[in-house]
Amino acid sequence: MTAADHLIVLPVVLPLATGALIVLVDERRYALKAAISLSSLIGLLAVAGQLLVLGETTRVYALGDWPAPFGIVFVADQLSAAMVLLAAVLGLAATLFSLARWQRAGPRFHALVQFLLMGLDGAFLTGDLFNLFVFFELLLAASYGLALYGGGTARVRSSLHYIVINLTASLFFLIGVSLIYGVTGTLNMADLALRIPAIDPSDRSLVEAGAAVLAIAFLVKAGMWPLGFWLPSTYAAASPPAAALFSILSKLGVVAVLRLWLLFFNGAEGGGEFLAWGGMVTLGFAIAGVLSAQDLGRLAGYSLLASSGTLLAAIGIGSAAAAGAALYYLVASTLGIAAFFLLIELVQRARVPGADMLAVTAEAFGLDGDDEPEEEVGVAIPATMALLGLSFAACALVIAGLPPLPGFVAKFALLSALLTPDPIGAAAWTLLALVIVSGLASLIAMGRAGVRIFWGGEGRIVPRVRVIEMTPVALLLALCLALTVGAGPAIRYLQEAAQALHAPHGYIDTVLGR
Amino acid sequence: MEVIVSLGIGVFAGAGVWLLLRPRTFQVIIGLSLASYAVNLFIFFMGWVREGRAPFVTPGAPVDLARFADPLPQALVLTAIVISFATTALLLVVLLAARGLTGTDHVDGREGEE
Repeated sequence: MTAADHLIVLPVVLPLATGALIVLVDERRYALKAAISLSSLIGLLAVAGQLLVLGETTRVYALGDWPAPFGIVFVADQLSAAMVLLAAVLGLAATLFSLARWQRAGPRFHALVQFLLMGLDGAFLTGDLFNLFVFFELLLAASYGLALYGGGTARVRSSLHYIVINLTASLFFLIGVSLIYGVTGTLNMADLALRIPAIDPSDRSLVEAGAAVLAIAFLVKAGMWPLGFWLPSTYAAASPPAAALFSILSKLGVVAVLRLWLLFFNGAEGGGEFLAWGGMVTLGFAIAGVLSAQDLGRLAGYSLLASSGTLLAAIGIGSAAAAGAALYYLVASTLGIAAFFLLIELVQRARVPGADMLAVTAEAFGLDGDDEPEEEVGVAIPATMALLGLSFAACALVIAGLPPLPGFVAKFALLSALLTPDPIGAAAWTLLALVIVSGLASLIAMGRAGVRIFWGGEGRIVPRVRVIEMTPVALLLALCLALTVGAGPAIRYLQEAAQALHAPHGYIDTVLGR
Repeated sequence: MEVIVSLGIGVFAGAGVWLLLRPRTFQVIIGLSLASYAVNLFIFFMGWVREGRAPFVTPGAPVDLARFADPLPQALVLTAIVISFATTALLLVVLLAARGLTGTDHVDGREGEE
């Protein structure tokens, strides 16, 4: 084994060691803990970047050097490298954001972030079904801590629902894994991909049932309708850095479904139609939610559901080109929504508490209160407000999918992939309409919120925003811009990743060393 | 043996699901525990229902796969038990915090009309 091979296990080992180290540091030494956490995150970014460069070929890391079907393996291919990098970027943004206030709001913020990253990276990299369960539980345990982080009635109440739902989903996960193991006798994903087509037809329905039960666990995470009602309220109640990190958790569900479904059944078995229509119903539900959301947190939560729905539907429709475009959309929307979650807190400092509710109610009853003319005509927008407004507009552009930001490129690529096959199916037409309508709905909702916040005069306070809080938002939005500028190479990379998922021979052969 | 095992798992799972859908947090946590017992038993018996067979090789004895139980489900069930134990403990703390903050043990944090 060369040094490059050991890189594969570093995204798990590094956050684990860092998290354990931070737990030992005295609770009040914030600067030291932040320094440890940030240096680990920068290391993680470097490792993930290196994995991305090396990602052209699939690499396998056998833990303890046990050969593949018997031992647990980590597999770094293009998709997992990209997802590990995305997780590291979000971890860095959340940690930077927390430096201003949130790291003091409760115990062990940095350690929880590190453990969450460990679970995420492990779940993206692992090549073993039961190991996937373990990493899911690890990241869920850290996410329970982060969902509760900061305390308060609203967080405890929504976390209670979050924990109960995810524990139940974990039970489904276990049932699915044990059914699949009971029939095939293996838990290695590559080995399963070889054995599932060869099993006895009488046992086939058992494997399919197991896979369906397993998918429930992933779809709860992804927030597919009707399994996703918990998502908006939990994410809206969570502290902003935690919510920003959580925006990748729902994408983990999508990625797990994509990988396992293509690996086990090669995209067949009617799962595609289920995913496509389920994703579209989710998207429809999210459109209604986005339009009716009365505060920004729920608006962001429903935007996240909309992106999950789009992804599931695009994956379910099934061509490799659509999956590649969907992966690009996944990266862009995760960055945009994470930036939006961070921005919400900054923007809300400019509002009197409860003003969102009042504004929407006032609108509904026609009580705009604009009878009194403003005396000052040309009030200069303070620089903070201008900066926040620009960032808000950028988030809206990414989420709604308007040029010049990558939301547009992603939706365009997706629509052109949907329109390529001939004849175009009913599902593709419906998805096309829904994607366009969801963009319009996001634009209306974000526009309404933005007008109320930045142009509505009543009860506005100029917020005190520190540079360190604005940096992560700017970082995420700059990455979005970079994704637009580098759209060609980025889409090409993710298309290759999607093609590798659709034709998994390379993956299977590398893992099993054939 | 199979019938007893399946009935046991079924009773645990049924009781667990029923309690999980009840409005009191204590009922929910007991329901989750019962459901996780059902799942643990389910995993355990995925390695086939066989009596009197050890999951390890005795030194000196001839190695014949038919004489041994499958050790992997036993390892899996151990992991699953530990994880569900830990998360249930965490849930218990959240449950107590919710009881303290909202003043009710209803899962929604406020009394519904019943």
